[in-house]
Amino acid sequence: MENSNEIKIRRVLEQIHDPEIPVLSITDMGIVREVKEEAGTWVISITPTYSGCPAMDMIAASIKMELSAQGYPGAEVRFVLSPAWTTDWMTEAGKEKLKAYGIAPPNPRQQVCRDELFAPDEAVQCPHCGSWHTARISEFGSTACKALYRCEDCKEPFDYFKCH
Amino acid sequence: MNQKKTSYILHLADNSLILGQRNSEWCGHGPVLEQDIAITNITLDLVGQARSLYQYAASLLGEGTTEDSLAYLRTEREFLNCLLVEQPKADWAHTVLRQFFFSTYQYYLCQQLLSHPDAQLAAIAEKSLKEVRYHVRWSGEWVIRLGDGTTESKQRLQLALAALWPYTGELFMPAAYESGQGTDLSAIRPLWNEKVQAVLREATLDLPGETFMHSGGKTGVHTEHLGFILAEMQYMQRTYPGCEW
Ligand SMILES: [Zn+2]
Repeated sequence: MENSNEIKIRRVLEQIHDPEIPVLSITDMGIVREVKEEAGTWVISITPTYSGCPAMDMIAASIKMELSAQGYPGAEVRFVLSPAWTTDWMTEAGKEKLKAYGIAPPNPRQQVCRDELFAPDEAVQCPHCGSWHTARISEFGSTACKALYRCEDCKEPFDYFKCH
Repeated sequence: MNQKKTSYILHLADNSLILGQRNSEWCGHGPVLEQDIAITNITLDLVGQARSLYQYAASLLGEGTTEDSLAYLRTEREFLNCLLVEQPKADWAHTVLRQFFFSTYQYYLCQQLLSHPDAQLAAIAEKSLKEVRYHVRWSGEWVIRLGDGTTESKQRLQLALAALWPYTGELFMPAAYESGQGTDLSAIRPLWNEKVQAVLREATLDLPGETFMHSGGKTGVHTEHLGFILAEMQYMQRTYPGCEW
């Protein structure tokens, strides 16, 4: 019984989207860490992408509202910080959705996250034309999780979801 | 309740909040759009770190304390941030150099906090460290770019260095509440020095010599600048107590 409830709840969570990247659900993002029942209350643990992510409060509110509407009132949302969120937790389906939306998905982790200054930019594929001939404009994009790139072939700017 | 520990957590939180508040003054005024966005993203990270720490401190303090009461209702003497972060916003050179000094310090501190026996402090450090790495890289690159740039940019950075250097010593002067917290500032200092000297050298700057170091912020004795920041930051809660967005 409990298991089937958990599956239903996870299905509800799949329908909740990140307000800043509406093409991704919170499960695509990999921020749902645990769904469990504690003394009759469903507890959903989520982890922020970045400490200051302004979407977290809204996501927590959406989870409570949506679960309540689907027959699970009074759910509790907990924030967990450790282990810290990494783009490795983004699902493959999520990465495909990002690309179709025009945001380059995060590269596999080992390519980046170096400490040395002026490290050569990692190769990022243009989500519009598929070219690898791209250049970083800025390490920080429209949100903390993205960097701004430009395609040297199709000349379009695009967001890159940083490896983190 | 362990008062030393809550003071320590507030000290960490105040550092992040006050520097975040200072940097937010750039919002809409950055030298170019991309860098305006960069500095405000760093600000968001800093304020996010402060929130995690205030929430944790509030849970330890109890008695109706909240993250908001800690940020908005404490007085100047109750803030435990170092003097470096409260110094007024000057030009871009001053901003990136201060960020580099602070982020480099935070980088080594977070690494020590990773093995802190308190799981929540360790978790906040683990989360912060990933962001701080970006901040160190971004600010370090700007220090080199300006120092090794034009005559004017170098001059401005050299002036910023003279202005900020006397505030860097306090980072490594332990306050009473820092002892027994599992962090060792004397171990961070040589690492910080090495990194900072390497970047300043690459930026072709004249390295500062021995000089008097200001202190006091960590124990609540601040420069006159903190009062003005608090007046602006706390105005809404003081005027309309308990107001919410
Ligand atoms: Zn392209």
